[in-house]
Amino acid sequence: MANVRNTARPTSPHLSIWKWGPSMAVSITHRVTGSGMATVGTILFVWWLVALASGQASYAAFLDLFTVKSGALNIAGYVFGIGLTLSFFQHMASGVRHLFLDQGANFELKGNKTTALLTYAVAIILTAAFWAFIIWGKTNG
Amino acid sequence: MGNGTSIGRVRGLGSAKEGAHHWWHQRLTAGSNLILTLWFVLSIALLPAYDFETIRQWMGQTQVAVPLILLVVSTFYHFRLGLQVVIEDYQHDETHIVLMVALNFFTLAAGTLAIFSILKIAILAGAAL
Repeated sequence: MANVRNTARPTSPHLSIWKWGPSMAVSITHRVTGSGMATVGTILFVWWLVALASGQASYAAFLDLFTVKSGALNIAGYVFGIGLTLSFFQHMASGVRHLFLDQGANFELKGNKTTALLTYAVAIILTAAFWAFIIWGKTNG
Repeated sequence: MGNGTSIGRVRGLGSAKEGAHHWWHQRLTAGSNLILTLWFVLSIALLPAYDFETIRQWMGQTQVAVPLILLVVSTFYHFRLGLQVVIEDYQHDETHIVLMVALNFFTLAAGTLAIFSILKIAILAGAAL
């Protein structure tokens, strides 16, 4: 029966049928950041753990991909590091907002739009705070 | 039972009886993810350095290895449920089935590898004491 599906009919939240706005943007961002962390994030996380468990040489090889000689991050380190932390904080903020929506709350247009925009603000602020602490927080103490 | 539209073909069959379970587990793991990932991100930020010895010593502690294993179980189950929805929304027929099988294999293989590595580090750290 699955083979009689009419492929011409719209089925799902495809981007092409939505009018762009904060609420739908947060929804698709949630899906994109989730999928990104589930694939790229998982591979890097597991790779990090396996390298760590396999000994000093393999951990050094892993670090070498993302750092320069001084130990600071290289371009790949910053791209994956900032990309994944920004994805994480965005997915978290949007996920917490979703738990409220699940209770039937926050569906008034104005509040819904404000909290949608707020998830982006929270994500950017927390990501900046995280990296500011990693880069400058250590040298002072 | 009709054979034309999607709704016509499923009308009268009842629900798949799996939707609420999937929905609830997605929320349940969202809650545990929130606690475990915030702990992980904060702990990583507060580490004095990221060299081999520092991380191994940190991860070798029971109070780190155990929540880290819980984090793997919770987040991997959560992304398994989430990617299932993405696949169901955009892929149909044969590709849907192939991708679901691949997703299950990927999640289990990556999860086993992660937990094995954490245990190996933690147990070796214990052996040195």
